[in-house]
Amino acid sequence: MNHSRATLEQKDNFGSGWLRWLNTLGPVLALAAVYGLFALIAPASFRTTRNLEMIARQTTIVGVAALGMTLVIISGGIDLSVGSIVALSTVVIAWLLQYAGTGPITAALGGVAAAACFGFLSGMLITRLRVVPFIVTLGMMLVVRGTAKGIGQEQKIDVNPELLKWLEQLLASVPKEHRWMLLPPGVWLLVVLAVAMAALLRYTRVGRHTFAIGSNEQTARLCGVAVERVKLFVYTLCGAFAGLAGLMQFSRLTVGDPTVAIGLELDVIAAVVIGGGSLSGGEGSILGTLVGALIMTVIASGCTQMGLYNWVQEIITGAIIVLAVALDRLRHRRIA
Amino acid sequence: MAQGRIDSADRPPRLKMDGVSKRFGATVALEDVGIEAAPGEVLALVGENGAGKSTLMKVLSGAVKADAGRMWLDGMPYRPSNPLEARRAGVAMIYQELSLTPHLSVQENIVLGMEPTTLGVVRRNEVRRRAIEALREFDNPELTPDARVSKLSVGSQQLVEIARALTTGCRVLVLDEPTSSLTQQDVERLFELIRRLKQQGKAIVYISHFIEEVKRVADRVTILRDGRVVGKSEVAAISTDEIIALMVGRQVEELYPRSARQAGEVILEIEDLAGLKKPESASLQLRRGEVVGIGGLVGAGRTELLRSLFGLEPVRRGRIRLGVYAGPASPVRRWMQGAGLLSEDRKQEGLALSMSVADNVTLTKLKGFGPFGIVLPSRQDKATHRWIERLDIRCRGPREPVSSLSGGNQQRVALARLLQHDVDVLLLDEPTRGIDVAAKAMIYQLIDTLATGSPAEGRPPKAVLMVSSYLPELTGVCDRVAVMCRGRLGPTRRIDEVDEHKLMLEATGQGVGK
Repeated sequence: MNHSRATLEQKDNFGSGWLRWLNTLGPVLALAAVYGLFALIAPASFRTTRNLEMIARQTTIVGVAALGMTLVIISGGIDLSVGSIVALSTVVIAWLLQYAGTGPITAALGGVAAAACFGFLSGMLITRLRVVPFIVTLGMMLVVRGTAKGIGQEQKIDVNPELLKWLEQLLASVPKEHRWMLLPPGVWLLVVLAVAMAALLRYTRVGRHTFAIGSNEQTARLCGVAVERVKLFVYTLCGAFAGLAGLMQFSRLTVGDPTVAIGLELDVIAAVVIGGGSLSGGEGSILGTLVGALIMTVIASGCTQMGLYNWVQEIITGAIIVLAVALDRLRHRRIA
Repeated sequence: MAQGRIDSADRPPRLKMDGVSKRFGATVALEDVGIEAAPGEVLALVGENGAGKSTLMKVLSGAVKADAGRMWLDGMPYRPSNPLEARRAGVAMIYQELSLTPHLSVQENIVLGMEPTTLGVVRRNEVRRRAIEALREFDNPELTPDARVSKLSVGSQQLVEIARALTTGCRVLVLDEPTSSLTQQDVERLFELIRRLKQQGKAIVYISHFIEEVKRVADRVTILRDGRVVGKSEVAAISTDEIIALMVGRQVEELYPRSARQAGEVILEIEDLAGLKKPESASLQLRRGEVVGIGGLVGAGRTELLRSLFGLEPVRRGRIRLGVYAGPASPVRRWMQGAGLLSEDRKQEGLALSMSVADNVTLTKLKGFGPFGIVLPSRQDKATHRWIERLDIRCRGPREPVSSLSGGNQQRVALARLLQHDVDVLLLDEPTRGIDVAAKAMIYQLIDTLATGSPAEGRPPKAVLMVSSYLPELTGVCDRVAVMCRGRLGPTRRIDEVDEHKLMLEATGQGVGK
């Protein structure tokens, strides 16, 4: 405590000017580095715009789910049920289309709403029972997966292709006549939602309160933050985003599959963490999360194009996760 | 300046540091600092926060390497390259933040890292024997070898830590602010222990903000300011005022300013309030334009009283009226009703350390920083700038994380939150704990300004309810004082009817009652 004056002035040398820029742009630079590396060593097909579009499409499912996860992690929590919720969402959408005879819009909304309900339930259990999020959502992971299997009666729900309509197009490659769109609608949806979430975190009360809770829950309580309500909001939102990710997943599969997206929650958490989110809360950003998700896809894409085996790819991705967080800690020690 | 016993004694000093300098970047943390302590001597090291005491002790314990300077233990050169080496050489540190493992037992903590083993298996009987031997020194019934450390009081935990130091056979014991979270009884026990350790010939370096304590317990005092030694003296030969003047580098006159205050309407009224365990019963009236103090020992239930008033702890019984609002309420409501609480625990509760100054100052009321419930950082910063200037918060700007500020500046940020919210009733729990004299003086000045108000400038007087364990502060700042003892709040008395002695008697349960 007594040397605080010394360290304070010492920090003036860091943290200011270009170093601070480096700090915020760190993940983006990492992404550029990874892409550049593969652009050099991978075959020419990696550098095509077609492949860029592919990367964007492949990032979308994890990216959408990671938006909600970013909020949860900033609030100091975690949600392990995301993968199961994605599966549930696909099953609900397929069921509504095939058996309830609803249109695609109602089906999509239904899937997202069902997902949000389970997010809300997680939030209720966390705030009312005061059980830590890790345990509650670990339980919910099984509950939701079971529910999805129950709805599908342990099977995939196939949907009559005529009923799909635009649902099929969400993540499909942009056809020639629609080139002006650049990217499929699902990717654009991700971009729009990301901007909205970034603004929510930065410019709204609930956003600032989310940071405050993650930084120090007791302080937040002392300062009159409605901690329980904010947490409920955050988990519900995370569920809804997972539901939306389920919609994207459905768009690619065009079946309701209760066994899809097993372990997806770990990819989602990894995206947030690579992007600078701290599992102890109070830190994280939407931009970072998206970059984190992109880094993982770029690695996957690059490795595939180079014809590397899947197991090599997994080892590299795992190493990147640890490396990214280690670098992040190092950066923190220098600046804070 | 240094003279007396040590130089005239034949044997070398137990501890001697000479010409120690240390820079961090461009900042001089220590410049040519020298201290020494003879066997059986208590050397007090005093200075404001940032004066260099902790850095000096980190050099001594091997945690920080000095740029220049030499050290000796009993005349032998001593150059620790890490804390473990220092501990092996017989230099033990007891820090403010205790470094015990709360889940383990007392005996396990005492031998932690030095467990006697046979082929890797811990010899439990030996552990027990050592623990019992170490604990015999303390004569404290709470301290049994099998007790879980987390179940012990803070005072007893500190004793466990000292016991650990003693079993390593330390020659030099450094106590860093040892009394800051102790009850009066534990303080007395600690002083008794220090006396016995002196007789055993240990050299003790005693770091404290409390000059009264230094006067009681130390033989000699070394005063640091801005990384330099500015005074050395026998404790008996220097007055408290002289020590403080050396510490701050100027005379502290008017430490407790007191303007003419005009008590207005009753704004907070509690009657027979009881919490879950504490307080058992508290009744009090607080008027606008008044500073009311609550004295008493740590653990008497004063913090719990403020917390249950503020809705952070449940209310079991009793009436509360805050302005026009009756009954208990949540913190959310209390802020809306115009009351604010300053927590006694800055780090755990008071501040979100990883967040910025601006976020911490404005957290209670994010409305009004932009249209449609939007919070514009630029407006947050603008509001915060005002308090940075008014309270002289030393920081690089509103976006600096609070974690990098010094204790005094952190406390100013926590106070600025109440001012930014513009509350009418300020509940202050140990507002000057662990901060330097300059920050204290500023806070006293602020409390006086708030309670006096300035109707001409449209600032009505506020009401302040303040808990403090520091008696001179209570008598210096407050208009009326009440003392809490074992969960019961005594009657409030006008400040001219009490003195520190009476308050202390009442706090220890020997008061004359009503």
